[in-house]
Amino acid sequence: MHKLLTDKAGEQMLLLGNEAIARGAIEAGVAFTSTYPGTPSSEISTSFFQMAQESDLYFEYSTNEKIAMEVAAAAANCGVRSMCVMKHVGVNVAADALMTLAYVGVKGGMVIVSADDPFMFSSQNEQDNRFYAKMSGLPMVEPSSVEEAKDLVTYAFELSEKLNEPVLFRTTTRINHSTGIVTLGKIRKPVIKGDFTKDPLNLVTVPAVARKLHVKLLENYDKALQLAEASEYNLISGRGKWGIICNGVSYNYVNDAIKDLNLADKIKVLRIGFSHPLPPNLIKKFIKNCEKVLVVEEGEPYMEEAVKAMAQEEGLTLEIKGKAKDLFTRLYEYNPGQVRQCIATFFGLDYTPPAAVDVSDVPPVPQRPPTLCAGCSHRATYLEVKKAAEGMETVYPTDIGCYTLGLLPPLSTADFLLCMGSSVGTSGGFSRVTDKKVVAFIGDSTFFHSGIPGLINGVYNNHNFTLVILDNGTTAMTGHQPHPGVDMTKLRLEGYGRVSIEAVVKAIGVKYVTVIKPYKVKKSTEAIKEALNYKGVSVIISEEPCALYAKALKMPQRKPFRVSEKCKDHRECINQMACPAFYIWDEKVNIDPDMCTGCAVCAQICPENAILPVKETA
Amino acid sequence: MEPKRLVIVAVGGQGNLLASSVLGEAALLTGIPLHMSEIHGMAQRGGVVESALVFGDATSTIISDGEADVLVGFEPAETLRALNKCNSRTVVITNLAPLMPFTVNIGQGVYPDLKELQKLIQAKTAKLIAFNAADMAKEAGNVLAVNMVLLGALIQTGVLPLTTENVKEAMKRKTKQQFLDSNLKAFDLGYSAAAAAA
Repeated sequence: MHKLLTDKAGEQMLLLGNEAIARGAIEAGVAFTSTYPGTPSSEISTSFFQMAQESDLYFEYSTNEKIAMEVAAAAANCGVRSMCVMKHVGVNVAADALMTLAYVGVKGGMVIVSADDPFMFSSQNEQDNRFYAKMSGLPMVEPSSVEEAKDLVTYAFELSEKLNEPVLFRTTTRINHSTGIVTLGKIRKPVIKGDFTKDPLNLVTVPAVARKLHVKLLENYDKALQLAEASEYNLISGRGKWGIICNGVSYNYVNDAIKDLNLADKIKVLRIGFSHPLPPNLIKKFIKNCEKVLVVEEGEPYMEEAVKAMAQEEGLTLEIKGKAKDLFTRLYEYNPGQVRQCIATFFGLDYTPPAAVDVSDVPPVPQRPPTLCAGCSHRATYLEVKKAAEGMETVYPTDIGCYTLGLLPPLSTADFLLCMGSSVGTSGGFSRVTDKKVVAFIGDSTFFHSGIPGLINGVYNNHNFTLVILDNGTTAMTGHQPHPGVDMTKLRLEGYGRVSIEAVVKAIGVKYVTVIKPYKVKKSTEAIKEALNYKGVSVIISEEPCALYAKALKMPQRKPFRVSEKCKDHRECINQMACPAFYIWDEKVNIDPDMCTGCAVCAQICPENAILPVKETA
Repeated sequence: MEPKRLVIVAVGGQGNLLASSVLGEAALLTGIPLHMSEIHGMAQRGGVVESALVFGDATSTIISDGEADVLVGFEPAETLRALNKCNSRTVVITNLAPLMPFTVNIGQGVYPDLKELQKLIQAKTAKLIAFNAADMAKEAGNVLAVNMVLLGALIQTGVLPLTTENVKEAMKRKTKQQFLDSNLKAFDLGYSAAAAAA
């Protein structure tokens, strides 16, 4: 049985934050779950995916976040408790549905998880999704710890059903990917089936209905305000004339700092866990008794601005600070030492931070950036595109996925990136205003997610670019989740359909479509060359399973290769491919047989044919 | 109890996350509070994987520069890179078997000299325990057991409030049955190596 289905209330378990959130949903009796995978949220849905295979839970990997939100919204409108999970930028994709779902509301509880990523460990921006709560008018809750995350899910479902609105559940990476000891609670039996009652005058958002629904949303906002005022998740601790208002993981850093600085009788803390709408009475009462107040929140000054406005309403002139030159930044994630220092600075304490070792005389340590895996088919495709495009001036718009790692030399095949699907969309613009050859790269999962409308646009507006769809048969970057192009029977899962990328591309009306097997260098390069010379939209589908995934699925493995005596040290292999299986030893190129997957791409570009399979003689 | 802060640095694939989960399970068995965090995602593609484990009465799950009580490096250059996490009282344990970054392989950097590296760490911290954990893992019969070798050395230092018994019990619960014997042997080899260094 899946560990998160353990029906033993009171048992303690060491859980990842994401597992705690999934467990919280199970305890709350969630019946319907959906996602598009995205770090740092992915393990929540991995847990759902696994549990759905051995329980009544419904889970789906939806094509993108907007659809994940729509399917869950429909289930919730039939009275079924539903949860949809996405990373912060996924909410941008789903925002169109979200803004109006706020008007329509839900019948059964619905919780939307937004996993924000301060410092952008695995993201293209560090937007602060608390503003989605403000913009949509929906309630938002935020846990401060793994333990609290689990319990807060149940609270969020109850809140959602009290207000008949979805609730936003915001985390940051340090909640999702922290691990803590969690005490299991009781599992509420899920209600799997719901019913839909026709009610078009409340559910079909034509203008006349929407005008009425906006009034309802504002009434709900007032109800939510009352609930936030009384919420046990907006809690005050400590005593003293100095105040700190904080949220999320910052609460932990604040608590540790108060202990380290012996400030227990000087500072009181208001931790906001129900962060939209903010509770004005509670905050005003809190700051009234303070000489000065520090707001500790990663990201934007969301609370700071609100608290300052509340002080103005009360005619209070105490000092309230957060983001400032000598205090907190809007950048990146915070850490305990930084918070300790800012508390000391703001309250004028004599404090010397612990001395870190002096590393000024430490020689520079060579960088170890993430790189495409040994045998990664993307590397082969990139190599072939570059060979095919020799002599051409190129622009390489790229997309979100492992293949973004092609930006580093020697591949250097990533020139522009905004968001999921932007490779295709931006290609149209680049090709219109420059005379350069535009070759865009997109992964299979990303193509389904948001590449298709861009391709339709290219065909309709008669743009001139080549789109390379890197089809490695999985959503690799986030941990090998399936997508609509995957043959689910290979995962021993029944009841799924399958969508062919090639058929979609042809149906869109792309006149030039070619499928390559990227481990065949010469043949692929020639096919790519032809595609690049085509005027208009051409598509190359490069098919080869992700090397990591193939290993995990125990697919037949190829023999590793070695560098034989015939090597004359041209180093074409290492200089063009930089496969991590290569290493220089004794001034010569070698291949690590444990890393080499036997893709044989290097063997095909070696001018001396010196790279041979292990165990064969030269 | 006073918090004890452990930073583990490794290269993707070295089993850092499994080592952390064994320590977490051991803390659960021992009944001491533990908060830890790790970085996933991009880091899994051959990049650096860093875990922070805070044992005892603290609530933060990350560790600021200069605030680690003990640093365990699964790879020598990564140990050196993480030296900013240490102060003069930090105990450092490092594997001495290098994993060349591909940047070095393609001539974009120079790998630090191992003797120099040890001298630097020794001079700046309270104690350095350094040995070739890859050789010991091989000796234990499991090349992937570098993580368990280093876990053995870590427990030997006594910096963390965990007993050998509890960590071994946690290994039984968290590591694959078929590797348990070799993992336990790897742990013992690391433990002895650290004892010999003392």
